[in-house]
Amino acid sequence: MNAGDRLPPLEIPITRTLIVAGAIASRDYQDVHHDPDLAREKGSPDIFMNILTTNGLVGRYITDHFGPRAVLRRVAIRLGAPNHPGDTMVLTGTVEQVDGDTATVRVVGANGIGTHVTGTVTVRVPA
Amino acid sequence: MSGEPDVHEEFEARLKAYEGRPAAVTGVGKDPVNEPMIRHWCEAMGDTHPAYAGPDAVAPPTMLQVWTMGGLSGHPGRAAAYDELLRLLDEAGCTSVVATDCEQEYLRPLRPGDEITFDSVIESVSARKTTKLGTGYFVTTRTDVHADGALAGTHRFRILKYAPAHRRSKPRELRPRPVVNRDNAGFWEGVARHELLIQRCTGCGTLRFPWLPGCNGCGSPDWDTVGASGEGTVYSYVVLHHPPFPAFEPPYAVGLIELAEGVRIVSNVVGVPYDKVRIGMPVRLEFRRYDDELVLPVFQGVTP
Repeated sequence: MNAGDRLPPLEIPITRTLIVAGAIASRDYQDVHHDPDLAREKGSPDIFMNILTTNGLVGRYITDHFGPRAVLRRVAIRLGAPNHPGDTMVLTGTVEQVDGDTATVRVVGANGIGTHVTGTVTVRVPA
Repeated sequence: MSGEPDVHEEFEARLKAYEGRPAAVTGVGKDPVNEPMIRHWCEAMGDTHPAYAGPDAVAPPTMLQVWTMGGLSGHPGRAAAYDELLRLLDEAGCTSVVATDCEQEYLRPLRPGDEITFDSVIESVSARKTTKLGTGYFVTTRTDVHADGALAGTHRFRILKYAPAHRRSKPRELRPRPVVNRDNAGFWEGVARHELLIQRCTGCGTLRFPWLPGCNGCGSPDWDTVGASGEGTVYSYVVLHHPPFPAFEPPYAVGLIELAEGVRIVSNVVGVPYDKVRIGMPVRLEFRRYDDELVLPVFQGVTP
């Protein structure tokens, strides 16, 4: 692993099932993550993915790439365009810095309406 | 919320007074770290990392916040100050909430059986902000998560508490209706059955699209149809940024798709960020329902 390395993209179909399964697995019962009518009343065109699911997917993207020894040390994300059902999010990453067995990776998740997530992940990959 | 600046300033000062006050004092996780919740999470995320399964399993670090969630029965550990702050915002019309930022640091792994406790402080409350969702305030909290008394991770979380910009109050804009006439009715009947029909001249065999009363090649008025296989490539495209049209939210990509059969059709390229559409990109036909009466053939980008 070297600074400047690009990770292969990971494409995640944003299904209604993924949004709801992620919300429930993260114990997040906010109606905007499962009830389309109530989501619309709150100004959103449909339900949208919760931040915990995005966090989990970003973590998975990094450990999928760095392999079974990879240990997440820090995940910092900011959300932009929401992930609505029917969309696809494409995660891409670039290694920004390497310090011994620890890498800092810049992650971007783009969907059909813009940038869903930008973030930085610090991951340790012991030899 | 009124439009007078001094009213906002006074309200913002009241909100600012909550900075530094506790959001949760020794909150207790509803469940200890446990294998079923880890497995359900990994299933939802599609995460097959071997460290998260088996006899020495650790919890995915990104689950940090999950162990502190109130679920359907709420947060018994929540401090009065945080509830007061949220109530103040509710009363100001900021009844909706959306999370915008999450920064987590993981200090030690969490394992099944670990009992979770957490302390949370209100780090900051922003000035009044107007966003696409509505107008409101960003509230940032910082939480220390302990497992069996030892610090396991820290979690900074930012939410927007906002007054929804009621999109529903104006009638939903519908896409324009297709003009259906005797020359193209068969095409739209096909679309209703989720078939994309191409006209074929029965005189000379030439395929044609869009539908026309006669053949441009031999002039014959006789035709039958061929169902498109659904495979195609982007022959050309434009990205529409401006002006916005009702029912369309720019920016979006409009493609001229060359079907495998050789004819071309104009439609949306979906499932690919608008700025990632390229000439030559393989696409596949799908039918999307846009409202009760309108189904359209669109093209899903197929990334290699």
